[in-house]
Amino acid sequence: MAKTHVAFHVNGDPVEVLCEPQSTLLDVLRDELELTGTKEGCSTGDCGACSVTVDGRLICSCLMLGVEAAGKSVGTIEGLSSQSAAGEVLHPLQQKFLEHHALQCGICTPGFLIASKALLDRNPDPSETEVRYWLAGNLCRCTGYDKIVRAVMDAAADLRKA
Amino acid sequence: MRYEAPETLEAAVALLVREAGEARVLAGGTDLLVQLKTDMLDPTLIVDLKRIDEMRKITSDAAGFCIGAAVSGAELKEHAGLTEAWPGVVEAANLIGSTQIQGRATLGGNLCNASPAADSVPALIAASARVSIFGPSGRRELAVEDVVLAPRRTALQNGEFVVSFQLPPKRKGTGDAYLRFIPRTEMDIAVVGAGVCLAIDAAGTCTAARVGLGAVAARPLLVAAAGQALVGSKLDTAALEHMVAAVRAACKPIDDKRGTIEFRIKVAGVIARRACERALERARA
Repeated sequence: MAKTHVAFHVNGDPVEVLCEPQSTLLDVLRDELELTGTKEGCSTGDCGACSVTVDGRLICSCLMLGVEAAGKSVGTIEGLSSQSAAGEVLHPLQQKFLEHHALQCGICTPGFLIASKALLDRNPDPSETEVRYWLAGNLCRCTGYDKIVRAVMDAAADLRKA
Repeated sequence: MRYEAPETLEAAVALLVREAGEARVLAGGTDLLVQLKTDMLDPTLIVDLKRIDEMRKITSDAAGFCIGAAVSGAELKEHAGLTEAWPGVVEAANLIGSTQIQGRATLGGNLCNASPAADSVPALIAASARVSIFGPSGRRELAVEDVVLAPRRTALQNGEFVVSFQLPPKRKGTGDAYLRFIPRTEMDIAVVGAGVCLAIDAAGTCTAARVGLGAVAARPLLVAAAGQALVGSKLDTAALEHMVAAVRAACKPIDDKRGTIEFRIKVAGVIARRACERALERARA
């Protein structure tokens, strides 16, 4: 089957892949670019484990073809932390997820973090209700959600002070 | 399967009509990719419509709003003018799926997927929306209530696709609303949905009304008798009861795990009345 050459950006870096037309963006990220932080859950847009941003917009990468990414800017969990002289620095959301024990098995966590960051980028002071509705497309079977919501609220409060 | 992303309407139609196998158009992909994944579809060609400028933008002028069929739900919500003029349409579109789905899902896809339970369609029907269709014979228009014929079947001919939706401009004394019943608060498919658009004059008399229903028949319905029950009234209890009776008379639902026939008919009246009340508040504002 003919592959298409696709060039786009991931976490600010230019990438090029040869992509089969039926491959999803999730397949391309994990299998071609070996960015396995983005997880595959349901593959039908219900669970949010594969959440990424495309040109700043939160989407499920299982519901987008890889070829559609041409010319776009994709944000994944690998781009959330930053580098300093001392090494990798976790994003405040990642730090708060640890402090609040907002993960157990961890499969849903990259999706929750990406979705939460997309929320705080738009709304730095969300109410608990806004957080819960925004994250309604991310499923977690371990935590019962309360710890995740508390971590997001706490991270938002810290980011507002920064 | 091949993938093409043409930049003009004409190029898209040429690809669709030339394809010997099965061609499918792609907008937000939130239904199409699931159908590919579950082998419900096995097309030989996907035509991505999102690089066609006209399909990706919202414009407004004295004639009203023109919404590209491939504009996402999130983009609808962020458009201040549209949200102010047609809050019911925007609310209905934003009820479809999660934040992630809203990042991709489109009005064109919600309509052409041809589900009887599509949330945006009753609201668009109530709002008197018209669709602009492009195909091998050029451009034509249809009222939105004439597009879906049955589950998974539309009035679109081979090679045709929906380009945009036209909505009237904001007028003083008008209001619209969409409500649905689901057994939870988010992330579900409508058991019943009702869209209402009302106009009132300075004395508070209803001068025009349209009621659209979802998930109570094989396709989304325009219930003309329900609108007529309101016109000329002060939208008092008696008029609303007439409207509710007309809504219930129009319902021809199925029994399924999400709702029985009896339940859907009952709830359709309740939801339509509440949508009327919300639309009236907006018309008075």
